[in-house]
Amino acid sequence: MALPATVQEELIRPQKVNEPAVIDLHGLSVSFGRRPILKNLRGDLRGKAIGLLGPNGAGKTTLIHTLLGFHHPTAGTAQIFGHDIIDHANQIKSLIGYMPERDAFIAKMTAVHFVRLMGELSGLPAEAALERAHEALFYVGLGEARYRKLETYSLGMKQLAKLAQAIVHGPRLIFLDEPTNGLDPPARLRMIKLIREIRDSGQANILLSSHLLLDVEECCDEILILRDGQIAVYCNLEEERKSNRKFLMLEIRGDQKRFVEALTNLGCDYAISTDSRLKVVLQEGIDVRDLYRLAAETQVQIRRLSYKRDSLEDIFLKAMENGYGGL
Amino acid sequence: MAVYEQTYKRYAGPLTPEWSRFLIIPRHAYRAVFNSKLFTAFFVLCFIPLLVQAILIYLHHNVSAIAIMQINVRELVPIDAFFFQTFINIQGGFAFFVALLVGPPLVSRDLRNNALPLYLCRPFSRTEYVVGKMSVILILLSLMTWVPQLLLFLFQSYLEGFAWFRSNLWIASAIVIGGVVWALLLALLSQTVSALVKWRVIASAVLLGIFFIPTVFGEFINEVFQTRWGHIISLGALMKNATAGLFGTFERATGVMRVTDFNDIVIQEVPLLEPPLWASWTVLFLVCAVCLALLSWKVKAYEVVR
Repeated sequence: MALPATVQEELIRPQKVNEPAVIDLHGLSVSFGRRPILKNLRGDLRGKAIGLLGPNGAGKTTLIHTLLGFHHPTAGTAQIFGHDIIDHANQIKSLIGYMPERDAFIAKMTAVHFVRLMGELSGLPAEAALERAHEALFYVGLGEARYRKLETYSLGMKQLAKLAQAIVHGPRLIFLDEPTNGLDPPARLRMIKLIREIRDSGQANILLSSHLLLDVEECCDEILILRDGQIAVYCNLEEERKSNRKFLMLEIRGDQKRFVEALTNLGCDYAISTDSRLKVVLQEGIDVRDLYRLAAETQVQIRRLSYKRDSLEDIFLKAMENGYGGL
Repeated sequence: MAVYEQTYKRYAGPLTPEWSRFLIIPRHAYRAVFNSKLFTAFFVLCFIPLLVQAILIYLHHNVSAIAIMQINVRELVPIDAFFFQTFINIQGGFAFFVALLVGPPLVSRDLRNNALPLYLCRPFSRTEYVVGKMSVILILLSLMTWVPQLLLFLFQSYLEGFAWFRSNLWIASAIVIGGVVWALLLALLSQTVSALVKWRVIASAVLLGIFFIPTVFGEFINEVFQTRWGHIISLGALMKNATAGLFGTFERATGVMRVTDFNDIVIQEVPLLEPPLWASWTVLFLVCAVCLALLSWKVKAYEVVR
């Protein structure tokens, strides 16, 4: 599996090199006491929506907290949009919105008051903060409930309120830590839709940490998988899928035996699933058109042809088996 | 991100200056504090002694009023350092109860609801958070202690004349320093207790205990050992001594221990000495330093399990 090559290809794209990376990790290490949590993380993350994955204790939340300035790196540093997280902490914080994993709100406040306060703390003048608090609550779908106290909100509503406070000041980068935690299916879909809308607006980058691979798959274009505090995989999901395009699934009608022989003569590996289904690995220099030519020659109908796509689950499981610890 | 557009948009308008952002916390906190009618009524009640003080100052300079009342107010209640010290002590007592009502939920509520990461993920430091929370109490207590006292001092100066103002200017500094130190001590203690105890009622009880339990224990020591050094652990007594020092009314000997023989005849009188002023100030300073250290330890976005 040539994941690093994919990543390198992605990183050296000429149109992106001149822009500062969204997150640039320079040997970032974090330890709690003598326990190392993040170990020498390196690489620059440039995706519009980056999925942060990893098993429990891999260091996902610690990475987010360190980027937010909650933990001090024991070695190395990181940059966000070219600003160092230690030297320009305040500058960075004004560019970031953060939706924490755990329940987090200020008691005895209405949602609009809470989001307004958060806006003001981000530097917005009082009037602008109030205006944007209303807008953010409408945007996330809490418009009708914005004058209710936060304690009276359901879990799903609290998650939406947390999202509203994360976007009230219009940040350039939004950290979402398990945004769909505890949500029922309709609420989860709503949250995913919002995240995708923000991503597609092109106004903000997203770093989404989640245990749910489906969430990441639906929202993110790049993924960063951590394992034991190290980078196991960083790749562009689409590029990664494209790298497996030479693996085809075929459904045919006709003389399977002749077709298979022709395939062998052409130099392709194959595996027969059923009477009519084949898995074919195209060799270098062989195109799909060659298969259609073979089919015509052997009087076989190709009823279905599809590229086998690696699911995020495949990528994740491969990373857990043989993570290579770098970009 | 206009409501009708329903799209995500960045904010491109002006930002408030960073130095002023800690004031956002008291502004929002007062909305909650004064939502309680009971508290508002109590807060108004706290200004009654100031009204009495203002009336006394006015009567001092109103000849016809003195003639009607047939009381020599000037002799009965002279307006001097002791006059202002007495009223600042009374206001200090009210300030303690205001701090007891307002202080405990300020930090504990945020800790209980995991709100600290929401503050600290913004361009808002831990120091600004602590200063912001403390200023909720500092501003409130200042408004009922040294600020009105200073205004009354100016009122008295206006009525008495510039010569009085010039010769008693040191009283103004005593009012300001005494009031600020008391407000600062109460703000620090209440915030520290609030950061350590998550439940409001318990935090209030602990704050009350910090003042009263050592005072009772100190008095016990004073009685048993025939001394006044028991006051060294009583914050109220320390503050009283420090304020007296500022107003020039501090006296170390506040009692006498009589040593008698078997026939109850006094053979020796030993003066009971209060702790010296430097000791009082040192202990007050140490208490503030410990509070700051505890606040720095507790006020974090997340507790790190090592």
